[in-house]
Amino acid sequence: MSPKPLEGIRVIDLCVVWAGPFATMLLADLGAEVIKPENPHVWQPMTRGAMARPPQAYLMLAPAWGGGYPNNVPGERPWNYCPTFVSLYRNKKSFTVDLRTPEGKDVLRRLVAISDVVYENNATGTLEKLGITYDWLREANERIIFVRVPAYGNSGPYAEARALGIHLEAVMGHTLLRGYEDADPSSNSAIYSGDYLAGAQGAFAVMTALWHREKTGEGQLIEIAQAENAAAMFTQAIMEYTMNGRLLAPIGNRDIFGRYPCNVYPAKSPGTAETCDDRWIAISVETDEQWQGLVRAMGEPEWARDPRFATNEGRAAHAAEIDAHIAEFTRERDDYELMHLLQAHGVPAAPVLEASRMFDDPHLRARNFFRTQTVEGAGTHEYVGPLWQFPATPVEFYQPPVTLGEHNEYVYKELLGFSDEEYARFEAMGHIARDFDPSIP
Amino acid sequence: MVQALDDVVVLDLTQHIAGPYATKLLADFGADVIKIEPPWGDPARRLGPFLGDDPHPEKSGTFFYLNCNKRSVVLDLHTEAGKKALAAIAARAHLIVESFAPGTIEKLGIGWDFFQRINPRAPMVSVSNFGQTGPYRDYLASELVIYGFAGEMYSMGETDREPVKMFGTAALFESGSAVAVACMGALWAAKRFGIAQRVDVSLAETHFGGVDRRHATAIAYQYSKRKTLRAASRSSGMPGGIYPCADGYVDFTNASIRYDRVVEMLGYPEWATDPKYTDPATRMNPQVVDEWNVHFLEWCLQRTKREIWEEARRAKVLCGPLFTMEDLVNDEHFRGRGFWATVEHPVMGKVTIPGRPFLMPKGGWRMRRPAPLLGQHTEEVLRETGVPEPTMHEVLTTVQRGGVR
Repeated sequence: MSPKPLEGIRVIDLCVVWAGPFATMLLADLGAEVIKPENPHVWQPMTRGAMARPPQAYLMLAPAWGGGYPNNVPGERPWNYCPTFVSLYRNKKSFTVDLRTPEGKDVLRRLVAISDVVYENNATGTLEKLGITYDWLREANERIIFVRVPAYGNSGPYAEARALGIHLEAVMGHTLLRGYEDADPSSNSAIYSGDYLAGAQGAFAVMTALWHREKTGEGQLIEIAQAENAAAMFTQAIMEYTMNGRLLAPIGNRDIFGRYPCNVYPAKSPGTAETCDDRWIAISVETDEQWQGLVRAMGEPEWARDPRFATNEGRAAHAAEIDAHIAEFTRERDDYELMHLLQAHGVPAAPVLEASRMFDDPHLRARNFFRTQTVEGAGTHEYVGPLWQFPATPVEFYQPPVTLGEHNEYVYKELLGFSDEEYARFEAMGHIARDFDPSIP
Repeated sequence: MVQALDDVVVLDLTQHIAGPYATKLLADFGADVIKIEPPWGDPARRLGPFLGDDPHPEKSGTFFYLNCNKRSVVLDLHTEAGKKALAAIAARAHLIVESFAPGTIEKLGIGWDFFQRINPRAPMVSVSNFGQTGPYRDYLASELVIYGFAGEMYSMGETDREPVKMFGTAALFESGSAVAVACMGALWAAKRFGIAQRVDVSLAETHFGGVDRRHATAIAYQYSKRKTLRAASRSSGMPGGIYPCADGYVDFTNASIRYDRVVEMLGYPEWATDPKYTDPATRMNPQVVDEWNVHFLEWCLQRTKREIWEEARRAKVLCGPLFTMEDLVNDEHFRGRGFWATVEHPVMGKVTIPGRPFLMPKGGWRMRRPAPLLGQHTEEVLRETGVPEPTMHEVLTTVQRGGVR
């Protein structure tokens, strides 16, 4: 087997929720050995689920991506297959240890000594309470790269503010800028673009710091203030203000650069949104040539030949009128047929795909995008694939989403050299487990 | 000052947003990113916002942000001289990144084989809408099309309306950051194992596999056959979602994870501790939630967004005020941390943009130069790479003939 780009790099993953685990997942996909120390006596909300043992009633009250457990039952070990998080645990290893005890902390210290990176995105102060600081880590390993991902940074008036990705997107201006142009922002549903950006850039940061360490031998402490990191996505709105003193308002699905038409149009639907059976086609025309292509694709209807629409200026002035006409054209047509027709005429278009439909998409099938994995207690399913294709050092899913404590023996015995007696002693002390403490709901 | 990637030369053949954002990150951490532009410039030069609303190719805010720290070389890749100059730069590059439509570089005679012959040690990252293979290989896309198709847009918005996207080009920035990871992966494989490969990045797949809910809605369906309804991501709870207040809005999504803290934030009013709000059996009942919200709304409307956030911070409750860009850019926290970068540009003057993506004290982010003028570094780079004088002359005159379109 060919080596992977980060083969031989060991990462300790003290991450929670999405932004941190996404970063370490990308590192694991590229071949780093990512090891998660997990405490079987402490439940970190929104990391292996909202609850360790969600009641049956919770499953149906929660949205599908939170409550859609295998076969709609919590099962024996719900923490191993919560749909909100499970996909992020591929290619990782898990062992259990109670970091609140001196001997547990010593296990971590010994692991740090033989690792390259420690990655965490807990609320500010969480690791300090455990005595896990950069100085403590450096004492164990001078070359360690420590990445912290606080919401607003570990300094400044907001250092202590609690936030998930959604809250800091509000602060960074995103929530006021997205959504329908004619509805108030309280209608906005939650999104997590900041978790994506900080996650990917966390992986980038690690690989950049490793590059630096290769040349200089220096480890270091990296701070990704997730809010600051998210700002890049809103650059146009920020610069509209810093350059021109203007505040932007939401424009729904229209193009921020003012190219028309650009919108989402109804397509022939087998049902309604109540059952996720409504269908929509996204069409975005960026040039006059593409507009002509759209006109041809629609069969050159009378209205579209209006000379006022030949230029972007004219299309902008009559955007609502044009949108209504396009919707008439799309309404009774299949969304995939529309995509193929419009693309054949050089018009950017695709269905707004409800997630389950991706499994039927011929393009993703042709590219072998999905990966079949088996998780104990959940069964065998198809998971979304990697973010990129590396032909010579393939990004593959060689370890299915890791279950709690799956690598206890490997970490304690192989990596840390525990004897069978020591291992048994740690087991008796409650460090080594495959289940969360029964007292945790 | 040493920067982490200051020993890396990148031949950057990307345009528009996603690819240039990836190479910007490389440049920000020290890489010498040589941006090849056609005589008429990267199309991003024609994207707003423009300084003073003047649609001039050297006044685009989008282009400026994405191309600081890079050098611009104008080459007409349809000409032999252009290709010769490209080969000279490629010979010194550690990484090639390109975002032409699939098949384009092959048609131009500058495909993977061309670069492998010149520099067998350099990997290449190819960025495209749907990937280098498959039935949609040649399909066109945009921010809306990519995000609608591959991101979790379907479930965003209101049930009885059309799905609605994120702001601006947020999805392409997300993709760009995934491309940057691919670039580092390719560089590491080359550095450690001498493996040079052509990495295929499909912008669609960076979203299908992304952490912003799509990975979860997909597996939830596989597990339970349940689909994610539009507006289902809307939070419910006590409190849950976005609430109006005295001067705007505040987001309290998921705040009820720790209801004890919410009660503390509210100052322990009697209504908040009513058992129907604390008992797990009743507290998710929509009617109970509605009732609770009436009390809470009253509390919000008596306070400003900053006052509410201060109370929430004190009680460690999940909360975020909905800031405008005016609120944000002038906010003391971010100013105090030195987040914003002000850069001097020969045409635009002083421009303020988002600064470092993260703090890396050793070898980290630096603003070394503003976005390049079109072709500003053509002669400089060609001299460094030892392009012979006649080729240089030809490149420079071709460019002058091409002009800025």
